[in-house]
Amino acid sequence: MNKRNYMNPYLAGVLLGLVLLAAMYLSGRGLGASGGIKYTVVALVGAVDKQHAMESEYYSKYFENGESPLKNWLAIEVFGMVLGGFISGALSHRLKFKIEKSPKISNSKRLLFAFLGGVFFVYGAQLARGCTSGAALSGMAVLSVAGFVTMIAIFGSAYIFAWFFKSLWI
Amino acid sequence: MGPLTILSELPEWINLLIAFCIGIGFGFALEQAGFSSSRKLAGMFYGYDTTVLKVFFTAAIVALAGSQLLSYFGLLNLKLVFVNPYYMNATIIGGVIMGAGFIMGGYCPGTGISALSIGKIDALIFLVGGMVGAFLFAETYPLIQTMAMENYKGPMQIDEWMGVSPEIFTLILIIAAVALFWLAELAEKKFSRTEITTDL
Repeated sequence: MNKRNYMNPYLAGVLLGLVLLAAMYLSGRGLGASGGIKYTVVALVGAVDKQHAMESEYYSKYFENGESPLKNWLAIEVFGMVLGGFISGALSHRLKFKIEKSPKISNSKRLLFAFLGGVFFVYGAQLARGCTSGAALSGMAVLSVAGFVTMIAIFGSAYIFAWFFKSLWI
Repeated sequence: MGPLTILSELPEWINLLIAFCIGIGFGFALEQAGFSSSRKLAGMFYGYDTTVLKVFFTAAIVALAGSQLLSYFGLLNLKLVFVNPYYMNATIIGGVIMGAGFIMGGYCPGTGISALSIGKIDALIFLVGGMVGAFLFAETYPLIQTMAMENYKGPMQIDEWMGVSPEIFTLILIIAAVALFWLAELAEKKFSRTEITTDL
């Protein structure tokens, strides 16, 4: 079956905005994504080397209450995201295993830069205390200066670096 | 009155159930918007597809204006909603590093999760990289801790900083967004890449 078109971007924006508003109204907080990745890593490190986790100033704070770091609002929300994306993909006939890339580059080049991009993005998100979702979008919705500055820094920097990585995309 | 789970002292499992449901809505909205496609997202930075800007600003304005309205009608206490603290150095440097990651990887964490959920293998690798990034941050944290804490400004809000009311700021943001949407539509025509956009 042919895949369906994406939703009108303004309509999709309204939908996303209502989800964010629901998070604010129900739980008093915004959305997040990089935080879920962080809690997964903290849980993995705890499972592999508990002693290292407890001795580290960074990890130990996540084990203080004795519960799994995955029993956390952001981590649970990220599990929900995977299901929500899957439902959307199923309804719009877009479920498919594939490496998405420009036809001008090889699979291994795409995957190498995807990996590096992930390393940079989440490192930066830990430093800035949130990514496009948790810092920029959710921050802007509560008028936080950090939200606006994060948004400008991410997009401004991506525009500058886009010149160097042109061959990856166009 | 909201925030519900804070004011009504509901048990923690209900808050986590809400988190799961919010996640479903979040993942669904991102995928429907087309944020599960790295080439669509990258279009933002070459002008051929500006969906990112349209979705992002529309969502921010709906949530901002919606929460102001709920607060006006006494349905939501905005003082109890989390406001991101502003650590100036960390926010700017972290944001610049994120921008570099965005254009290399083609995703941000949320859109990467959205793309993974429909089977994109590049998104899986992006997220594995993301886990390595979080691990490297934790391990290098003692080295950068001082820098990360410098110029702490607290949960500073932009309306107060500009000396206007939240309502006026919301109006300014809406006008700015409409201007940006107009520019975005122009850019899509000027930098059109039909060989890419018909493929998405």
